[in-house]
Amino acid sequence: MTASTYQLPPQSSFSRKVKDNFFASPFDCLVTLACAVFFVAIFYYIVDWAFISSIWSSEDEPLCKEASGACWSVIDARHRIIFFGLFPYEEHWRSTLACVVMVATIVASCVPWFWSTLKLSGLWIIGFGIFYFLMAGGVFGLSVITPERWGGLALTIFIFAAVSIIGMPLSIVLALGRRSKLPVIARLFGLFIDFFRSLPLLTILFTAAVITPFLLPGWLQGDKLYRVIAGFAIFFACYQAENIRAGLQAIPPGQDEAGLTLGLTYMQRVTRIQLPQAFRNSLPAIVNQFVITFKETSIVTIVGFFEILASGSAAFGTGKWTVYYIEVYVFIGAIYFIFVFSLSRYGAYLERKLRVGHG
Amino acid sequence: MGSLLGSRKSREILFQALVLSLVAALLVAMVMNTRASLEAQSLTTGFGFLERSTGWDFSFSVLPYSISDTYSKTILIGILNTLLLGFLGIFLATLIGIAIGLIRTSKNVLFSFLGTVYVETFRNVPLILQALFWYAILTHLPRPRSALSLGDAVFLSGRGLYFPVFNIALWSVAVMLAIFIAWLFFLPWLREQMNHSSAYHSIKKIGWLMLPVIMILIGYYARIPDTPLLDMPALKGLNFKGGMRMPPELSALVIAIALYGGAYIGEVVRAGLMSVPKGQIEAAFVNGLKPIHIFSRVRLPLAIRAVLPSLTNQYVQLMKATTIGIVIGFSDLFMIISTSINQSGQTLELLAILMGSFLVINLSIAFVMNSINEKIAIKGYEVKS
Repeated sequence: MTASTYQLPPQSSFSRKVKDNFFASPFDCLVTLACAVFFVAIFYYIVDWAFISSIWSSEDEPLCKEASGACWSVIDARHRIIFFGLFPYEEHWRSTLACVVMVATIVASCVPWFWSTLKLSGLWIIGFGIFYFLMAGGVFGLSVITPERWGGLALTIFIFAAVSIIGMPLSIVLALGRRSKLPVIARLFGLFIDFFRSLPLLTILFTAAVITPFLLPGWLQGDKLYRVIAGFAIFFACYQAENIRAGLQAIPPGQDEAGLTLGLTYMQRVTRIQLPQAFRNSLPAIVNQFVITFKETSIVTIVGFFEILASGSAAFGTGKWTVYYIEVYVFIGAIYFIFVFSLSRYGAYLERKLRVGHG
Repeated sequence: MGSLLGSRKSREILFQALVLSLVAALLVAMVMNTRASLEAQSLTTGFGFLERSTGWDFSFSVLPYSISDTYSKTILIGILNTLLLGFLGIFLATLIGIAIGLIRTSKNVLFSFLGTVYVETFRNVPLILQALFWYAILTHLPRPRSALSLGDAVFLSGRGLYFPVFNIALWSVAVMLAIFIAWLFFLPWLREQMNHSSAYHSIKKIGWLMLPVIMILIGYYARIPDTPLLDMPALKGLNFKGGMRMPPELSALVIAIALYGGAYIGEVVRAGLMSVPKGQIEAAFVNGLKPIHIFSRVRLPLAIRAVLPSLTNQYVQLMKATTIGIVIGFSDLFMIISTSINQSGQTLELLAILMGSFLVINLSIAFVMNSINEKIAIKGYEVKS
């Protein structure tokens, strides 16, 4: 008898969850309803525009004027320009394969099995090497294609990969330099990092492309593409160095002191104690910097490179295609979205996973 | 032992001196190399060119200008354009960000999902692509003849947004703004002086009532003679005359920066709201505060303190992002400087002006935000961001 007077604690049943999450109060019911209507309307509109009322084949372009949906004919007709830029037509397979290799490299480096200095640098040197030789040619009977003719998605990926591969080691050097115990070194590195961080990326790329020919002697100038990549890499490294430095600062000082009493050298302490923990501490921020960098590769279009944004503008720049700018922008936006969204989801996943590890 | 320590110290000093002289040598070599290559092109260095007139046109200016203006005035216009674009974009981005932050922390799952969709859509596409997109949309709006209109006062067409303005001199607007800002800074100072007494509250009330009166008087005094008070845009021939025009370049950039920045600021605001310790909210609840007061008196004030440092960071980033305006031909500081470099060849001087201006603008934003941060900090309560 007495047992029945006790109320059971509220169960977190399905219906309970639904009530709490969607219909907690009359006002909440209204909000839920409004959101549901909004989502259905937007979803219907987008699906109708993109899939149902749209025209797909390039031959059907005359039908586009009647259709209420998207005219994907422009993508069908011009996708090679968007993806490959001015790359020679019969060599497009090389550009495709190069992109696949590089994307595979990026995906592989997200797998924890590769997370050691040796494996990671090996993976990237091999992946980047294959990408470069597929694009540039000159080996195994592949015809030589100079960087001026690279373009589209391949150029975007090349810039991103090159900036990462140069910027990452540089960022470690900068972060360690800024934390040096020698005051002059620490100040110099701090000044360098803060200087580049205070400037917009565009001014650095512009300086690298247009102005460095004045600053550097002729033998040091190199191709415009490599100057821009070098400038971009320094900019990237300065931001990444601050992320790594934050990770270094979060390490309890006892860790380094323990290494010191064990008689480890500076190099041993840095590579065995400090850096592994620093990377673990600030991995989400580091991944986030890669996400931002991928988006920012689009800025090189302003200093005159034919990456995917510029090649997209070229795709609707001529003849009958000029009216289909929305389709092209949506298409390019979707490509960026796929890359950036998956990278940022991966970053969020890492953040959750590492938080569990720390308790 | 002493000699060992001494030798290590001297080794360190020697090493640092070596690095320092290496950097100095590098800089000197760069300067000498630049000198040589400039001389080869027979260009003179120095800032004398700033007083020469430019002779070229650009797309947008907040001040009246002509192509015979000097380089220094043109660059000043560039800085003002950048500031206008930056402040409009940052202001709207903050409003959107606060809304999105609130939506994303809502308990209603469907409602917070709305915020998530917004953030993921606008954050994962490059800003420059968004600017191009909005620019394409805005320039493809109907011609002025069939413009969209709002009460025959505001018109939106492919040529831009036209809206009515007061016919008053430009200086008076600056004076009004200065008075308003001075008043905002004067209030907290007065409160400290008068120790929150009731006299302070009556002064505050009178001040708020007097402010619009003073503004109207200044505006009346600064009226441009022989013109109607309100300058209305009206269709004359193929285009609008009168009123103020917001060109599509500026609108597209403001929309892009506001939407893109709003997504980032929304995340900052959300993190701030979530960082408020649960105990604080529970304590407020136990003390019998209403939900609205728990939000406005406890949660929001603590969240604002938590987000200010990351908000500063976002503002600086958005200010730097205005440089992409060149891609759709908005004459911001970067575009003015790069055109000047093309036209005058004074590369290094102009680059120094560009970098110096951004340094000053960004440091000012950081300074203002940091002083707000210090002013509102609560003693003994450490904010986690």
